[in-house]
This record gives sequence, C-alpha cells and structure tokens, in this order.
Amino acid sequence: MSLDRVPVGGYAPQSVPGVPAEAMRPRLYEVSSVHQDTRDTFTLELHPRTDADRLDAPYAPGQFAMLYVFGVGEVPISMSGDPARSNVLVHTTREVGAVTRAMGALKPGATIGVRGPFGTAWPVDRAENHDVVLVAGGIGLAPLRPAIYHLLAHRARYKRIVILFGARTPEELLFEDQLSEWRSRLDLDVHVSVDRATGDWRGNVGFVTQLIPRAPFDPRTTVAMACGPEIMMTNAAAALAKRGVPAERMWLSMERNMKCAVGHCGHCQMGPYFVCHDGPVFRHDRIARLMSVPEV
Amino acid sequence: MHTIDLTGFSTLLGALADRGYQVKGPVVRDGAVVYDDVHDACDLPAGTIDEQEPGRYRLHATGDPALFDHTAGPTSWKPFLHPPSRRLFRARRTDGQTFEVQDDDAEPPRYAFVGVRPCDLSSIRILDRVLTEGPFVDRDYAARREGTFVVAVNCTRAGHTCFCASMGTGPEATEGFDLALTELVEGDTHVFTVEVGSERGQELMNDVPHRDATLAEADDARAGIEHARRHMGRELHVATVKDLLEANRDSSHWDDLAERCMACGNCTMACPTCFCTTVEDATDLEGATAERRQRWDSCFTSDFSYVHGGAVRPSTGARYRQWITHKLAGWVDQFGSPGCVGCGRCITWCPVGIDITAEVRALDAATPSPTRGGAA
Repeated sequence: MSLDRVPVGGYAPQSVPGVPAEAMRPRLYEVSSVHQDTRDTFTLELHPRTDADRLDAPYAPGQFAMLYVFGVGEVPISMSGDPARSNVLVHTTREVGAVTRAMGALKPGATIGVRGPFGTAWPVDRAENHDVVLVAGGIGLAPLRPAIYHLLAHRARYKRIVILFGARTPEELLFEDQLSEWRSRLDLDVHVSVDRATGDWRGNVGFVTQLIPRAPFDPRTTVAMACGPEIMMTNAAAALAKRGVPAERMWLSMERNMKCAVGHCGHCQMGPYFVCHDGPVFRHDRIARLMSVPEV
Repeated sequence: MHTIDLTGFSTLLGALADRGYQVKGPVVRDGAVVYDDVHDACDLPAGTIDEQEPGRYRLHATGDPALFDHTAGPTSWKPFLHPPSRRLFRARRTDGQTFEVQDDDAEPPRYAFVGVRPCDLSSIRILDRVLTEGPFVDRDYAARREGTFVVAVNCTRAGHTCFCASMGTGPEATEGFDLALTELVEGDTHVFTVEVGSERGQELMNDVPHRDATLAEADDARAGIEHARRHMGRELHVATVKDLLEANRDSSHWDDLAERCMACGNCTMACPTCFCTTVEDATDLEGATAERRQRWDSCFTSDFSYVHGGAVRPSTGARYRQWITHKLAGWVDQFGSPGCVGCGRCITWCPVGIDITAEVRALDAATPSPTRGGAA
C-alpha cells in the first residue's frame, strides 16, 4: 500500500458550510410573552438576547427548534409564528411533560435556550398554482400556521386554500380568534369540526377527516399538508387519496422522540429516516409503507 | 514492509508515550481482554486466547508468547472516541430568570490505540461517517479522532463468533491505520511485520529499531491472515440481508424473538458502532448552576422511543427489529454501509445468546423464496 493513497489515519472530517460551530450549544432568547391558548396549551414569543444569540438562518414553515429550560431539559417544538417576522420566534405547545410544564411557567423576561432551526419544510413553493388543503388535528394546527401565514402573504400565487381543523372539544380549539378572522375571509375556506360537542357548539361534529369528502378543492391540482396524531394523518391521507389526491402531492409532519435534532442521538429514527433532518415534513409516498407497519 | 521484535514493540509503545499519546491496548481485567493503559509489552495478554460462543466468554492460557491471540473482547474503542458520558455544556443563573451558557474548554485527550483489529478499524470509520460526515459535526468526537494514532493488528486467529470476512471488514486491515502489525510466533521467533499507513506512522518508525521484512515473513503474515479468514466462526449473507429485512417488517419472527430477547441492551453497549445517546439535565442543590450531559442510550429501552402518550415501540419484538434492521439495512441508506462489522460482540455478550447471524438465517428460511434476495 502506498503512502499517498492512504490519508492520515483514514480520517477526513467534512466541513459543512453554514452549520453552527457547536450544534449542541443553545443560543439564548428572552421570553417576551406567554399566552395561554387553551387549558393546557400556550404560545411563547421569543427574541434573541443579543445579536450573537440570533439563530444563523431564518426558518421555513414546518421547521422546529429545540427549546431548553434551565436545568430541566430540552424539547423539540415547531415554529408556529409568521416566518416573515424573522426577528421573533413563536412556539405553541401543550403541557405534556416536565419540560413543557416548566416552559409554561416561564414569565416574560425569562431566558430560554434555543437551537435550530431544524428539519424539512412544508412545500409552500411546490403548492403554487395549486389548490392547497391543510388538515390539522388539535395542536397540529401550530406547525401548519407558518404555512398559512405564508400562503396568505402570497395569496395570489395559490388557487383555492382550504383549512380543515379538528379538535376534541370546542374548548380545545386552538387560535380561536385567528380562526374567526380566517373564516371571515372570502378567499379562504375554513371548516372546523369537534369530536365531541359541548356547551352551545353548533358547528360540525365528527373527526376532521370527515370534512375531506365535501371540502371544496380539485384533487387533480391539489397539494395537501396534514399535521396531527399519526392515526389522524393516516386517515386524512386515505380520505384525500379517495378524492383522487396522489400520495406524491400529500405531505405529513411526523413526530418522534428527539434528543439532539442533528442526526446523532438515533432516537427519532423511522425506518431509514432521521425524522430530525429527513423530516419532520415527509412526502406521503416516502413513508406510507412504514406508516402501515405497527411500532416502526 | 518492516519487521520488529518484541523489544521493538516495547520501544514502539514508548515512542508513542514520548509523543504525548495516552497509549491504550489490550489488557486482562476481570477475566476479559479490555482496552486500557499499556506501557510495555509485558502489560499485554501474552498467551491468552478467548473462547467465545453465544452468551459465553472465557479466557484460557496457552503457554504461547503471542500478545494478540485473543479476538474482540467486551469493550471496543468506542468509549474513548464517543464517551459513555460527557458534558455538553454548563449553564449558570445570572439572576432569578436569566442564565448564561458556559463553554467547556477542556483539551481532548490524545490517544494511541495499539491493537485495533480490522473489524474495529472499520467500526471507527463507520462512527466517523455517523458523527462527522453528515449535515452536523460532533466536534468532541472529531477532536478526539483527529488526535488518535492507530496501530492496527491483523487477525491470524478468528473467534467462534467472528464474521468479519462476511462483512468485508477483516481479518486484514487495508486502510485507516498509521501502522498495521501482524504477529508471527514460531519456535523461538517472535516478531511483528509492520506496514506503514501514514506519514505519522513513518515518522514514528524512525524511533523504533526495525529491519526490512523477509519474503518468508511477509508470506507467513499473509498465511496467518488467510488462516483466520478460512476459520470464521459465523457468516452472514450481506448481499441480500438489506432486502430481506426490509421485506420482513411484518414478520411473525419478531414475536418469536420477543420470547427470547430480554431487551437488556447489552448488544448495543458492546457494539462498536451503536452510537445512540440521550441527554440528562441536572442542577446543583441551589439551582444556581445546571449542566447537560450526553450519555449512551439503547434502542432496547422503552423510554427510547417515548413521545407523549407512550412509546412508539412498546414491544420487545419491535425493538429488536429496529436494532437489526437499522444495523443491516437502514444504515446503508443513511451512511452508505451496514452498521455491522462482524466483530461478534453482540452474540457473545447477549445473556441469552441471541445470534444476529442466526436470526438473519431464520428470517431467510421463513421467507417465501420469490422474495428472497430480491424483494424491495
């Protein structure tokens, strides 16, 4: 074996342009507001503490960040704000564990750690000149909201825009004021359904996927994006397919356990994919087979 | 190719120490060959062979002077490059609500690994790809790796759980080393042939008394390696295994495995390429400082796949399927090669003796022939 054929120790790390020097070290952001959306769901607005703390890249609709609460832990949470407002990060989450509970207890002025943005984006460019159908279940509306902001900011580029949103009960409807605002627009079809009607609810009752058969879109030229519990997305994909939307024009946002978000911890694997960087947004045909197998 | 004798080997260890390396090599501890500090040839496990079977590992004395007659032991080089536990950062409260993150400026250790078997050499190359050649670089790993001097040792004896020949990773080191030795013991002769793999290796040899290897020595080295190649204890049909596993995600074989597998995670700890980690956060008692640590994790725990509402893989069968399918199929898509190097550690160190090569064979036997080897 000749010397020039063999690199020293065989080791040649690749340097990737645009990658933060230390991907595991959080940037510091200040909580500027905490808004209680529903009983267990809240929205944080965050501003970088200094210019050096600002994330290196603007985020795209569908991406997420890792949010760190001092001494408690770190969790992946989707961006839920307007991607055009790049100086502020908005995250909406439910209190489901120690970290999100501690996060919900933060007050304006508190510091929070942020890493990101990570992951793949909703296909808002691919959707241009198409009907766009967004199907959201519960907190699944939050990761879709940046896409909605984008679609509305560039309304002329899209044909019909349909938002189908379902929650378990009327009390759990997310972004209610905004939903009302969207419903009042003439260039937007918004349909809301609850699994279980309570109080004086007079709207649709049933799973959000039951809205798909009657929704006003042309399947031949539709791009669909869905986010919610896995079973809801599976059912949504089936209902959309039944209308004639091909799997190559449906995108879903997957959820898996994540510790690092940079493809090193192994937790988020789904078949050959790392959900942190091959996802969370996947074209449906890429993952349909995997989604059909239990416990992948 | 050069030849050094036993004194030369000790000189080589000394020359590495003189250059500031922490020299790590095989030593016997608690009845097993593990990698730890070595200063002199006499620290190494002379005359020791290991008997390895599924779920069984025993050392035996041979009376032979050979230092490298053992094969892969319970530990690999992974702990040195990708530590079982390390701090990612420290943070300090600056007032009631705010904090700052403190950098860790600790210098990475500089290791010389002496006795890296070809399978383990491949496993290091695989970890390089996982941790430094994707979109993000694990800088701690990269720093440790960059400083590491590698003395490979070719295998002239294969263990009963070895299958590096199937995986194309051994028993001969072909690249990725600074020096590669082959040990030759015959009668009163005890020498090592030395192949130089880098300029750094060449430079070290300046301080190690050596001569040119004779043709007979080169032949003996080659014959020893061939002997190991022909005596592999296990084999795995690597050309078809990816398709086989991908076609069998729904197989009832995983339920059968769940009856035997204890989900203890030993295989993932012993594996030289299993890289998964989790993180732990802690504060001091006053809550004034916090730290975040990364530690090895295993896909066999129920926590591993936990999302709110429960684990994605609650059953043991699904966890074993995840492990073996990742190792032999998904890894190829992710990193361009299987994540298995055929070292056999997962077989030997499985408390119930589950054998990855036997599971692949069983799955193959249970798969209708039309899909065998060719299914998508």
